Amino acid sequence: MEEVKEVKLHGYVKSGYSTMVHYALRLKGVCYEYVEEDLKNKSEELLSLNPVYKKVPVLVVDGRPIAESLIILEFVDEVWKDNNPFLPQDPYERAKVRFWAQFFYQKLVPGGYAIRNSEGEARKKAAEEFVDSLIILEEGLRKDLYTGVPFIHGERPGLLDVILSGSHSTFNYLGGLAGVKLLEKERMPILCSSLDAFVELDAIKSMAQDFKIPKPPAPSAA
Amino acid sequence: MAGSGDKVTLLAEWPSPYVHRAQIALELKGVSYEYLEQEVWVNKSELLLKYNPVHKKVPVLIHKGRPICESTIILQYIDEVWAGIGPSILPSDPYERAVARFWASYVDEKWFPSSTKIMKAKTEEEKAEAVEQSLTGLNLLEEAYEKSSKGKPFFGGDNVGYLDIVFGSALCWEKTIEKISGIKLIDETKFPLLAAWAQRFSAITIVKELTPETNKLVEFWKELQAIRNANTSGN
Repeated sequence: MEEVKEVKLHGYVKSGYSTMVHYALRLKGVCYEYVEEDLKNKSEELLSLNPVYKKVPVLVVDGRPIAESLIILEFVDEVWKDNNPFLPQDPYERAKVRFWAQFFYQKLVPGGYAIRNSEGEARKKAAEEFVDSLIILEEGLRKDLYTGVPFIHGERPGLLDVILSGSHSTFNYLGGLAGVKLLEKERMPILCSSLDAFVELDAIKSMAQDFKIPKPPAPSAA
Repeated sequence: MAGSGDKVTLLAEWPSPYVHRAQIALELKGVSYEYLEQEVWVNKSELLLKYNPVHKKVPVLIHKGRPICESTIILQYIDEVWAGIGPSILPSDPYERAVARFWASYVDEKWFPSSTKIMKAKTEEEKAEAVEQSLTGLNLLEEAYEKSSKGKPFFGGDNVGYLDIVFGSALCWEKTIEKISGIKLIDETKFPLLAAWAQRFSAITIVKELTPETNKLVEFWKELQAIRNANTSGN
């Protein structure tokens, strides 16, 4: 692809998906403009950029919009392929990363909605199922990808670290709703190690200054 | 590059459009593979539980003894491993790849579920709502086809690509929906471009060969619903 000139992210401060894209762009060292959208009063621009889903995030690169966070993340990785690759080179390793990324969207995303949209006993059950899914993810990553601390992908953060850390605030919020700690260091050491290391990255620490958005959450110390 | 000693096995089920995707891609790349029919609905087979413990679903591609699960991930794996052979399944331009992935995800998350809902609907109201959602989706896909194909025969251009395979694999079910519910979804008067594309795609030799007959799919669907109803009304 020819050299890119203009990058604009339409997002929302509380959207984990928007945060994922911020993180991806920061890790790649991309200069971009950020537009905070009011989701209760969606702008004409957002509706025209994402007419199918009418949601954030939408990444606009040289006037062309891309929607859906996982698709945006792979796009960013492919356009700025020389900086901090998000996926391994080997096709089988890539398939394993994509599998767990998809697992996140198939299980943890609906799982989060289940917590949000329930109450009492049903919410408690939803939280337990959410934790079960996190454990499946933790064990799956240990079996499939684990190479050592600190990140899921090894020494440098990759796609799964971006997705997980982008969701960190959301997990804290969901845990608050359910009255339980969803991420436990003892049961999920790989996930917690990734989250702790991610907030220490220079590219991420400096983000709040640039965008006037809340700082990443504090490390997940048990 | 895959050597001739690297065995490829596909854990499969004949009615599954997701399995057909993998088969189409393997055939397009000229890859020989062993097809193993699995028991998916009543008692899941051992191989399935071994190679896809998380989802326990087909398709599973086993290459060099290692499993790859999830049809869209399998498509990308095939495209990457046999990259030098035949046309690429995904476009090479990152933006075009994102567009193909976007619409493939739309087919899988929105269009196909709302379409199969037409067969599952318990009331006329439910059915009408599902039909409307499916037709809305087809409007979007008709537009997407126009933009992606740029006047060429497939979403992928001159050659069958990722979105052709993902969407095209669902066509046998579109016919099944018509047989069961009487609703013709990809109507050529409403969606002329998609109707023409669907005919072209269905006429491709490998697609013709592995597409199950509509009557068999209707029978399969009825059996599947009976199993599902038995499961929900039991214990």
